[in-house]
Amino acid sequence: MSQPSISKSMTSGESGLAVVFAVTAFLCVIASAKALDAPFAFHAALSAAASLAAVFVIINRYFERPAALPPAEINGRPNYNMGPIKFSAFMAMFWGIAGFLVGLIIASQLAWPALNFDLPWTSFGRLRPLHTSAVIFAFGGNVLIATSFYVVQKSCRARLAGDLAPWFVVVGYNFFILIAGTGYLLGVTQSKEYAEPEWYADLWLTIVWVVYLLVFLATIFKRKEPHIFVANWFYLAFIVTIAVLHLGNNPALPVSVFGSKSYIAWGGIQDAMFQWWYGHNAVGFFLTAGFLAIMYYFIPKRAERPIYSYRLSIIHFWALIFLYIWAGPHHLHYTALPDWTQTLGMTFSIMLWMPSWGGMINGLMTLSGAWDKLRTDPVLRMLVVSVAFYGMSTFEGPMMSIKVVNSLSHYTDWTIGHVHSGALGWVGFVSFGALYCLVPWAWNRKGLYSLKLVNWHFWVATLGIVLYISAMWVSGILQGLMWRAYTSLGFLEYSFIETVEAMHPFYIIRAAGGGLFLIGALIMAYNLWMTVRVGEQEVQMPVALQPAE
Amino acid sequence: MSFWTRHQIFEKNSIILVVGILLVIAIGGLVEITPLFYLKSTIEKVDGVRPYTPLELAGRNVYVREGCYLCHSQMVRPLRDEVERYGHFSLAAESMFDHPFQWGSKRTGPDLARVGAKYSDDWHVTHLTNPRAIVPQSVMPGYPFLSANEVDPDAIAGDMRTLRTVGVPYSDEQIASAAADLKAQADPDNAGTDAFNKRYAKAVVRNFDGKTGTPTEMDALVAYLQMLGTLVDFKIYNEKANLR
Repeated sequence: MSQPSISKSMTSGESGLAVVFAVTAFLCVIASAKALDAPFAFHAALSAAASLAAVFVIINRYFERPAALPPAEINGRPNYNMGPIKFSAFMAMFWGIAGFLVGLIIASQLAWPALNFDLPWTSFGRLRPLHTSAVIFAFGGNVLIATSFYVVQKSCRARLAGDLAPWFVVVGYNFFILIAGTGYLLGVTQSKEYAEPEWYADLWLTIVWVVYLLVFLATIFKRKEPHIFVANWFYLAFIVTIAVLHLGNNPALPVSVFGSKSYIAWGGIQDAMFQWWYGHNAVGFFLTAGFLAIMYYFIPKRAERPIYSYRLSIIHFWALIFLYIWAGPHHLHYTALPDWTQTLGMTFSIMLWMPSWGGMINGLMTLSGAWDKLRTDPVLRMLVVSVAFYGMSTFEGPMMSIKVVNSLSHYTDWTIGHVHSGALGWVGFVSFGALYCLVPWAWNRKGLYSLKLVNWHFWVATLGIVLYISAMWVSGILQGLMWRAYTSLGFLEYSFIETVEAMHPFYIIRAAGGGLFLIGALIMAYNLWMTVRVGEQEVQMPVALQPAE
Repeated sequence: MSFWTRHQIFEKNSIILVVGILLVIAIGGLVEITPLFYLKSTIEKVDGVRPYTPLELAGRNVYVREGCYLCHSQMVRPLRDEVERYGHFSLAAESMFDHPFQWGSKRTGPDLARVGAKYSDDWHVTHLTNPRAIVPQSVMPGYPFLSANEVDPDAIAGDMRTLRTVGVPYSDEQIASAAADLKAQADPDNAGTDAFNKRYAKAVVRNFDGKTGTPTEMDALVAYLQMLGTLVDFKIYNEKANLR
């Protein structure tokens, strides 16, 4: 009989978290019983069930695991923690497809309004936040968490800090998505763009996010490398700034602690400025800084070339995070916001072009000496094209922030086109590229199931993007011009509804483009699934058979 | 020591890096946001602007719940075509009691900042129930279910109390009579309409959805839409005082 060398006992983390979740489950049951509205009762019940499940999983995991926690190193090599990364990567793919699908549905609703079905849960106003949150926060967020946990371990040569904490982050974050998403369908929303979740979802996200920051920082503390790798600066800026933005934009007072409705502390013009300070920097730090971190790790890795210029990355980093935060007011041109704020926002938005292109150059030039790989490696091609899209939309953005241009583009589909050239081209493609790299690495596979399918994904999705953004450019500029068109007698030439009617063909083309992008993602999901299921195992040095020294 | 060597302090110390990030990102926000709480042009009061009545507030909550702002802006810009199409450009004061603001960022449908009193109640009810019954080319979803949902008159006082905490100047009297006022505004025969009209200047009392009984969400939403942009009387408003 083999005796365990150390006696098995629960860690303080395990017992503490089990107790916290047990108490939470109890409180949620009470909240559900006393709820003032049905969605709150549903969310409280869901939280109670999830908390109970968490208690069960923690205890079950304790009985299943060996007495000792996994070692930080095995034979001098870091024992990387891949579990939470696999979970996040899987969820990213799941939410990605869900988000693209909802996008296709709402695009179709604008072309054929009967698809709203005149029901509350299927109307455009409730589905649109579901689409944006699913693609930005659920798909993008899971990609960021998965890659950041991978990159911080590898570049620090240290096992991810914490035992349950990384799991708390990945599962807790996805539970936030579940609460937020079901809330939108049930009409629970703050109706602040990209900050729609209500107060209790916001509170939960705050807890999860603080733990995320702590896990990330604690892993950096344990690093075996003297330098903190560039990608980790960007991840840190993303995590820290999103926390600041989230807290600044969401101080809401609930009407009752047993109800979903709250009122935001800020009102009118101050709320507008807080909102777009948040909104634009959700783009700047969530969709840019975080994904630039991916660029700085995955492109050099995949191309097997060092980053083009280390000094450029230093300038890129500080200039980008300093300038971005000022750019919010360009969403409020010609509004009741004071002119000086608008002009300041415009000025900094134009300046932002420089660090953005600095970053693009740093990413693209990393391929010098390895450009031939674009012919043979569709994953690298995806990553590189994403950086090209980044360059394109970071030129378009500053241009649209110029007040005279904005007077035409604002309120039109041009904005939607601009956002999607960034979202589909840059964020989408860099995420796909990263996941194509990450899945074989995390699951310990020799390579992807099929590079040919990656190639198909690339071309189908690229065609989809081109259809999408060109349709939106044309419809946006067309509508902007129609709104301001005058007859020779000095009357407005078009009624509003005539400009809506003119959008119809472009809305169909846009939906077709979105459909192609979704098909590409389905090809990808199949490819990744097969990679995990039938992919050949990477042969590892069998640690146990190494000769004793 | 060169700049690049000095920079190593950030590269080798995560806490200094975090502090550096926090300082760098704090500047822009502080410069752009803080003055808005003090500048006259952003906090001045304009005659006529008042907090929402209980029924209008209930309607606004429906507007917020259904995400109307995703397709309708509430911000007329000072551009010739917009002023001619929609009316006087929006003033900061006109949304000062809006928690949250609903200026929006997209006009899939027209701006609503001055939609009040432009169409009849009947037009709004028919249009909200089935937009294509009135505007065949419209792509707006239908909201027939609003007519079936009653508004709970007793719940609205809690909303007003919360809004008062975040700065909307509801009086004790307004909060105490919230439920009665909500019913009175949708019922011209109600005994409480005179008292209601004293509490809310220029508020319109009408049976907005044309049906008797407890006010519905349709009543509330139409009441809200019908007051949008009507509070400031631009015949007597001094534009020069607010030149931009």
